[in-house]
Amino acid sequence: MKEYVMGNGAIALGALAAGVNLVAGYPGTPSSEIIETVSKYPHEGVHLEWSVNEKAALEVAVAAAYSGARALVTMKQMGLNVASDPLMSAAYVGVKGGLVIVSADDPGPISSQTEQDTRRYADFCRIPVFDPSTPEEAFAMIGDAFDYSEKYHTPVLFRPTTRVCHAYASIDVPDSFSPVKYEGFIKDSKKWVIFPRLSYINHGKIEERNKEISDDFSAYEFNSVSGGGEKAVITSGVSFSYVGECLKNSSGVKLIRIATAFPFPEKFLLDSLDGVKEILCVEELSPYIEEQVLRIAGKYHLDIKVSGKLDGSVPHNGENSAELSETVINAFLGKSSDTDEADSDMPDLPVRPPVLCAGCPHRASFYAVKQAVKGKKAFFCGDIGCYTLGNAMPLDMVDTCLCMGAGVTMAQGFSYTHDDAVCFGFIGDSTFFASGMTGVVNAVYNEADIIICVLDNSTTAMTGNQPHPGTGLNMMGNFVDKVDIAKVFEGIGVKSVVTVDPLDHSRAVEAVKKAVDESGVRAVIFKSPCIAVSKPQGKCLIDNEKCIKCKKCIREIGCPALVAAENSVVIDSNLCTGCGLCGEICPVGAIGGAKSE
Amino acid sequence: MNKDIIICGVGGQGTVLASKILAASAMQEGNTVHSAETIGMAQRGGSVTSHVRIGGEARSPLIPFYSAEIMLAFEPAEAVRNLKYLDKSGVAVVNTAPTKPVTESLSPSGYESAVMTEYLEKKRDCIFVNSREICKPFGSEKFFNIIMLGVAAGSEKLGISKDTLLSQIKKRVPEKFVEANIKAFTAGYEAGQNAGK
Ligand code: SF4
Ligand code: SF4
Repeated sequence: MKEYVMGNGAIALGALAAGVNLVAGYPGTPSSEIIETVSKYPHEGVHLEWSVNEKAALEVAVAAAYSGARALVTMKQMGLNVASDPLMSAAYVGVKGGLVIVSADDPGPISSQTEQDTRRYADFCRIPVFDPSTPEEAFAMIGDAFDYSEKYHTPVLFRPTTRVCHAYASIDVPDSFSPVKYEGFIKDSKKWVIFPRLSYINHGKIEERNKEISDDFSAYEFNSVSGGGEKAVITSGVSFSYVGECLKNSSGVKLIRIATAFPFPEKFLLDSLDGVKEILCVEELSPYIEEQVLRIAGKYHLDIKVSGKLDGSVPHNGENSAELSETVINAFLGKSSDTDEADSDMPDLPVRPPVLCAGCPHRASFYAVKQAVKGKKAFFCGDIGCYTLGNAMPLDMVDTCLCMGAGVTMAQGFSYTHDDAVCFGFIGDSTFFASGMTGVVNAVYNEADIIICVLDNSTTAMTGNQPHPGTGLNMMGNFVDKVDIAKVFEGIGVKSVVTVDPLDHSRAVEAVKKAVDESGVRAVIFKSPCIAVSKPQGKCLIDNEKCIKCKKCIREIGCPALVAAENSVVIDSNLCTGCGLCGEICPVGAIGGAKSE
Repeated sequence: MNKDIIICGVGGQGTVLASKILAASAMQEGNTVHSAETIGMAQRGGSVTSHVRIGGEARSPLIPFYSAEIMLAFEPAEAVRNLKYLDKSGVAVVNTAPTKPVTESLSPSGYESAVMTEYLEKKRDCIFVNSREICKPFGSEKFFNIIMLGVAAGSEKLGISKDTLLSQIKKRVPEKFVEANIKAFTAGYEAGQNAGK
């Protein structure tokens, strides 16, 4: 049956078609829809989970693969940094059942902190990587990835990028799926327990095996060459689509596509380079293929000029596009590019910066802290999630943001370097479970003087509202006991723990003030659900008679539902959730109406 | 058929549903279709662009510059932002009613709709619609995305039949809204027919 699905959907369906037995991952744009798709299709007999983080997901999957089962792990590229510890060791130990780790890269970056390249991890861990250029290919290649994993007993990386993950295409989906039958775990401590001696032996074997895989990949159908001539463009991933689009009507140029960057298909490249004198490498993120081409050119004394990112012909940063490919290819071929439409007369366009939604409880939490520490020196360490947007004016409540969990631990660092400042760590509920808890232990043990603010909105909002251990629902569709964040703090030994509703403004401010007056590790849990997972409380209205047009409501909290119209301030009833925060700010009590409605 | 269609607007205007209906309709008529959405940080009120590529020749998930034959712009400034995708002989169906940035009250952008529409008119063939006016009989702008599909179909630039579009709309909207959506489509279709003349 033909289905029109997103690239991430194609990956999920490809894995189901390959008989996957276990799927685990942690949400992260652009990878989140893979697990969501599995959950929407019949997947009886498949264990499906959102793990607390990528490291946990991979470790769960490694055990499945030791059992002979097929396991898929999904994450965004930075998640692979978190999972790199088990990945590196699993690469040495090897697997029995197929283990495929999808790590979605994000050139741009569009919604990530880094422009890192998963292909480097493949090289670093000495394991194969597949690099699809379209959703159709992703569907086909995920099955190949499982086969290679089992053939060579190794974890395999699968690296789509945002434009592949989020593109739609029609896929021929099998009518039914069935997980593969597997043998089960056979004990053998010489095989499954990583010791220095095992690593030494396997290291040698892995390098020998990679030569075989390189030969195998040299015949792999998705490593392709077309056209001919003395000039060649080498490309990979979604850039293959862009370059293909540009060269559609060109002749005299060779187009070489590398779908498996590691182990590099050396024989394939050598054969493809027959007669070629000049090469342009068009790839996103790092110049990985370019470096391999240079290495091979050196190894075989090839008289070929290689250009790409390393000689400045192609930009290092940002995502590729059909236009960028055309520009760099035209320069390579000595053709002039069509000059762009003269748009000197183009009017200035409004910027539409992302902001916290109207009624977002994070706005109220940040505002409460801001009010409570007014006049005091304070540092606000943020974290990864919607609440990073608390940095925007007028809240201006995020001084740092580094990586998952760093809010809690960086606040500790500042508490040691600044005796005179109140140091806050802000962390969301899902992030708290992912990597905040160990930081709390660190703070207690090392006697930090910090206030940890948990912004608990009962969901993983940034990535599309996935459930997590605090929500009490898991991906097997079962309701389970919620992990209680306050009890986690108590268990770790945090003496001062208070839970408040951020929308109850005066109480929230009082709670923070009290915490500020104490010392040691204190926790304030702001608990109020994300507007995307809760019903609005009603709408607020501004009484035009009472309103003195001071615009304090707008200036203080920047809720997008508060609109300055001509000679009046109004609330956009399409956006307002009736959270009531603006009503707490209005000096003349002109705003009301919410909860009664 | 080979045809690229660009759809743009701001979050919450229903552009994504419009692109899904278009893609499904083109497929129902036997075409190969690819599409992609660029949503930035996916926040409500941010710019949203959908690229719908009909026909087997398309390779890039995004439409190359100056290749789309038709643009459905749900917002005038977004029309200007995305105009580079529209072929110089292409047609733009543009909503003249602006959606100011959500931060407008905090930091005014100085954005005027008329400046955008004047620029658009200079650069391309345009069919202008005003969402506030055309949506009045419906009491809300909820169905504006379907109206826009109607306008495009009525102008006969879409290359997809009215009946196919209607059958996909029926499939994709909640049952209790089917009738209202058909009315909205028809209102748009008539406006498109008149504008096409
Ligand atoms: S009550 Fe006020 S602050 Fe809350 S959503 Fe409505 S306008 Fe915004
Ligand atoms: S704070 Fe109150 S008085 Fe001032 S503009 Fe807002 S509603 Fe009007």
